[in-house]
This record gives sequence, structure tokens and C-alpha cells, in this order.
Amino acid sequence: MSEEVLQQAAPGLIPGSGTARAAKPTRLSPSFISWLQAGPMMLVFLAFFLIPLAFVVIVSFWDYNEYQLLPAFSGRGYTDTFEGCIAQLPDLCTIGKTYLKTLKLGFMVWAITLFIGFWVAYFLAFHVKSKTWQMGLSLLCTIPFWTSNVIRMIAWIPLLGRNGLVNSGLIKTGLINHPLEWLLFSEFSVVLALVHLFTFFMVVPIFNSMVRIDKSLIEAAYDAGATGFQTLLNVIIPLAKPGIVIGSIFVITIVMGDFITIGVMGGQQIAAAGKIIETRVNALQFPAAAANAVILLTITFLIITMMSRIVDIKKEL
Amino acid sequence: MTETTRKTGLNRRTLLKGTASLAGLAAGSGAITGFPYVKSADAKVLRYLGTAVNEGDDISRQCLKDTGIKIEYITATTDDVTKRVMTQPNSFDVLDTEYFSLKKIVPSGNILPLDARKIKEFDNITPVFTKGETPGGKKIGGQGTAPWKVLYLEGKDSKKFATSATEFVTLIPTVYNADTLGIRPDLIKRPISSWSELLNPEFKGKASILNIPSIGIMDAAMVVEATGKYKYADKGNMTKEEIDLTMKVMTEAKKAGQFRAFWKDFNESVNLMASGETVIQSMWSPAVTKVRSMGIPCTFQPLKEGYRSWASGFCVSKGVSGPKLEWAYEFVNWFLSGYAGAYLNRQGYYSAVLSTAKAHMEPYEWAYWMEGKPAEKDIKAPDGSLLEKAGAVRDGGSYEDRMGGVACWNAVMDENDYMVRKWNEFIAA
Repeated sequence: MSEEVLQQAAPGLIPGSGTARAAKPTRLSPSFISWLQAGPMMLVFLAFFLIPLAFVVIVSFWDYNEYQLLPAFSGRGYTDTFEGCIAQLPDLCTIGKTYLKTLKLGFMVWAITLFIGFWVAYFLAFHVKSKTWQMGLSLLCTIPFWTSNVIRMIAWIPLLGRNGLVNSGLIKTGLINHPLEWLLFSEFSVVLALVHLFTFFMVVPIFNSMVRIDKSLIEAAYDAGATGFQTLLNVIIPLAKPGIVIGSIFVITIVMGDFITIGVMGGQQIAAAGKIIETRVNALQFPAAAANAVILLTITFLIITMMSRIVDIKKEL
Repeated sequence: MTETTRKTGLNRRTLLKGTASLAGLAAGSGAITGFPYVKSADAKVLRYLGTAVNEGDDISRQCLKDTGIKIEYITATTDDVTKRVMTQPNSFDVLDTEYFSLKKIVPSGNILPLDARKIKEFDNITPVFTKGETPGGKKIGGQGTAPWKVLYLEGKDSKKFATSATEFVTLIPTVYNADTLGIRPDLIKRPISSWSELLNPEFKGKASILNIPSIGIMDAAMVVEATGKYKYADKGNMTKEEIDLTMKVMTEAKKAGQFRAFWKDFNESVNLMASGETVIQSMWSPAVTKVRSMGIPCTFQPLKEGYRSWASGFCVSKGVSGPKLEWAYEFVNWFLSGYAGAYLNRQGYYSAVLSTAKAHMEPYEWAYWMEGKPAEKDIKAPDGSLLEKAGAVRDGGSYEDRMGGVACWNAVMDENDYMVRKWNEFIAA
């Protein structure tokens, strides 16, 4: 405040206006400084996210032929995608089924990773006392990332395959007579692999929220006579909400766009939104691929908007 | 020993996925800074874009020794190679690609045809490419994008395929093969002789087809035709109705649970077969060899309807000129001079110039791989690992029998866009 007063007074006090002008550039306004601090990230965001995204949207409205993009406005990418959808009503067309399947997989994986991730984080935050152990155990959660998709597929076959460990074990114990075919190359195996991979993305943000919960709050709840369940419901879950939402955004965005894991574990028999994009790109039909990307992005964006309605992440952080 | 020296086509394919992006990045950044051009001033360097089939450290090493040309491999999948030619034509010098992708590449104007008069062995190239017949005179099936339909251009800058021979060659042929179904004879326990067996309910939940639309559709068409449901005018250029019909048959089979999985990656096909998850599926020759080398019986089964064939060759980027173009000719000439051909033949592929390859192979090797005779001695891969014991006979027999039995070629159809869409629906169904 006093600085401002001085500055305003300065021209009157000091007759040489040149000194006032010279002094000004050395003082940067606070808002300029915050722009400067946010600038690099903003530029990276602009160059590597917003501009490419704008290109994707533009290209999705172009026409195409076998070997090139035709930069003329055309909705072909979209109309081709939904070809026959109206004629087939009330039956759902393939593209509708594919997106529904993608949403279903996304929901299942989200629900399971949330359940497992929450309890793993709970255990790490409240039951493991030493910081070293907390670190060590959370690093253990990264193990699924140590192998590539191809290796994982090779690893799942001996376990879940027709002649795999699980099937031969079940047959030996007499529980089943024929190998269970749905263990591998099915929705079950896809969800299993995705959960195996992405639970970690739930654990980390939820754990981060939980360790910041003031322990005295839990003690206070206990002193006020709350049961363990009431404490969980009324204290821990509300305070861990930002972590839950961030983890959910991670998992849902990744699963919605995934086509490699779904392809490998589903035996390439299960279609996903990401898979459509991949096939279109491989066939050099970039506008159609871009159109599908825009559709997928819109759906994912809607889900995230709904979630951030539940929790105001900006406020909570 | 074998772990470190194994450098066959099979093993490189396993690396393919990972290295493709890295190689792409490396070459891409090189193209931007112009680094390779600086380097090429003192050393003869050619950037070689292709799938892993023709590539080998042994080949590039021998080439450097014989010609002083250093080959820098840029490895990608078939689809990615095409994508790169379209979008970054300056990121490579020599292109190694399949004939069917020419229908996309040539109209883009991003490649330069080579001059047939500068290729020493051009007249010795097998008539499979030039006339559509085997050296023994057997007529080869021409459905699909058969090489002889797209071998010549009308002029140097033309984007039109010539109907008769000109000196402007789109791709100088290098390697090709005849593909069919792979089976597990120990699990099927009866002879298999037709493509229609892929949809036989006997193998419900134990069949597979490859999920690369332009190749998968051809296998599907072979199956549909074999079941007697429909006879195509040209399997490689279907009408919309024919595509619908083909996909309908396949979709019904899929819904009935015929397929265990679809595969896209070389290793996936090997794993499916080796683990017994599938007993009959579309397959590639080196994948069959790999399953067999694991001690598991697997046959690349000749079928009465014939083989689905593919072929690839060399051309150069339109950005190549001056001395670099001369090195490219020198390299292509070297490639056809025998060493590389013998190397490919020993992997179960076929080389474009048979006479020079023969000179680089032992007579017993030639007899096994090319003449369909029982192996006099143990048959070894180029890296020295054992492929077949003495006495074994190649599946499908001789070159004449296998190439003579080709019914169709991998293809890009006029209705490709529609086909890809329908293929997606089949996968999603």
C-alpha cells in the first residue's frame, strides 16, 4: 500500500520525470509475475495440446480419399461413422454398441479400481505408520508397469488359457469338467488386466488426500462417539474426495481411450472407441479417425464435467 | 550363444513394435536438422524404410563390405510404412514396401520409379512378377493387387500404371511368399485340405483370423469361396454387396463363437498356436517355423483352393537425386546379386532373382527350400540355429507347387474405405 502511495506521489516530489520512468520497469506488477510463472506451462499446453487439438477438430471436417486429405469442408467423417444407425433403429448400430461397450468397460474398471484403490490407500495412510514402509509399499503398486503389453499377454495365457494354471487347477480339484473359456479373451480378462494396470492411478491421489487429513479430526470423531464406519463415511470419505475424483479422472480417461490392452486381452474381438480410431488411421482415413477422436473426446469431457460438478477440485486443492 | 546371435526375421519382428517408434523419432529428428545429409558427404548412407522382412544386420553388414554403402534401417509395420510415405516423404531414401500399398502410394506422387535399364539382373527377375507365371510355366492366380498389374508406370512422373512393360518400374521386386492356414496336426488329428475348415464348427472356439483388414479380408474371401457360398469375380476387388456378404458370413461365425481370438502381431499368432488356444488360423510362414522351433508340431497347410500371396520390392523417395540416387541403384543391384536372396530363401521366403540366390546356397539347401525335396542334412536358419532335421520336407513342397498354387494377392480394393468400415463392424459385432 505504502509503495503505491509513494509511486503515485513520486512524479510530484521528484521533478525529473526521467527517473520515474527508469524506476518503473524494475517493478513488475504481481499479476505480470503470475503470468510469467504460468507462462511456460501455458505455452507447452498451447503448443502440444490446444493447437494439435484444434487441428484434430479441423481435420475431422475434411474430406479424404485413398491417399490424401482433401481440405474441403465435409461431414463425411461423421456421417460415415454413423452410417445406417437411423435405418437400424430401434436396434443399436455397431458404432452405438461400440461406445456403449467402451462406457461399460470404463464403468466396471472405474468401480473396481475405486474400491480396491480406496482400501489400499486407506491401509497405506492409516495403518502403515513408518514413512519408509509407506514409500516402499506404494512403489510395489507400480509392478504392473514393469512389463510390456506383449509380455503381459504371454504371461496371461499360461495362467488363464485353456490349458492354463487356473483351468487345470480347477479341473484337478473336480470343480469343473471342461476348461472355462471365458477366462481369457473375454470381457473378464480385459477388466482384469485393466484393473491390474490402473488401480495404481487410484491409489496415489487417494493416498495423497488421506495422508493430509489431520489425525486430530479422526480422534475428535472418535471422542464424539462416532463408530469406525461413521468416521469413514462422514470424515474420511468427504476429505478424500478430491483424491477420489482425480483418480477417477485418470482411470476413466485412460480406459476410454485404451485399445491396446482391450485388443490384446480381448483377443482383438472386443471393439472399443480407441480401436476404431486406430483402424481408421491405419487405413489412412485421417478425417474419419479425427471425427471419432472428437466424439470420444466429447463423451470423456462430459463425464469429467459431471464429476467436477460433484467436487470442486480447484477449491479442494 | 543362440540368444545373442539370433538375428532372424522372426526375432526382429518382436522388436518391431518398440523400435518402430524410436527409429521413427530418430529419423524424424534427423530429417529436421539435416544431419544425415552432412554425414552423407563423407560416407555413403541410405535411410531404408521398410517392414522387418527384408532387413537384417547380416544383410547391411555384407552390403557395407561389398559396396561401402551404410544402410540405416527405419523399421515400421506395413500400415505405418505407408503412412510415413504419405506424410513424411523426406524422412527416408530407399523404400521397401508391398505391392498392394502402391495403389495408395503412387497417386500421392511421393515416390520415384526406378529405371529398369539400370538394374543389372532385371531380365533375370522371376516371371512371377513380370508375366504372372512360374519359371516352369504355371499360370498364377491374379486376383487382388498382383505385382504384374502395378509393376510399371507410364512415365517417370506418371501416376498411372502401364498395362505393358515400360522402363519405369514402381517397385524392383525383392521378396515374396505364398501364405495359407497354419494348423496343429497333433490336436486336429485328421487331414485338412480346404480353407472352409476355418469355419468348421468342429473347431469352435479354436480358430483365428488375422485382424489386418486388407489381408484378413482376403483370407475371409478364400474361406467364403471354399464353403461354396459365393464365387467372387475378383476377391481382391469386391463390390459393396460382396463385402457385405463376406462380412455377414464371418460375423455369424464370430457370434456363434467360432473364433478364439484375432491376431494382429506376429507374436500373438505364435502364442495362440503354441499354447493350443487355437488349432487352425491364418498364419505367416516364419511364425509357423517359430512354433515348430519350440518343439510344437505346426503345419503351414497347403489347401486345394490355393495360397494367398504377397510380394514386396524397392523404390526411392521422390526427394532422392544426384549421387544418392546412384547409391540407391548400386544398393538395389547388390541386393539382387545373390547374398540377400540366399539369406531370404533360407528363412522360407522367396528371392526375386533365383539364379543369383542359387549360386549363394548349398545344393542341399536349394533342394530343400526350392525343390521340395527331403533335406539331405539338417536345415539351418541364416544364424545357424536348427530349423529342420535331415529328412524333413517343406510344407507345400517346391517353389513351382507353392507359387503355382497362388490364387490371390494381398489387395487394396476400390471400395477400401467401405471395407475397412465393415471390417470394424465385424470386429465389434
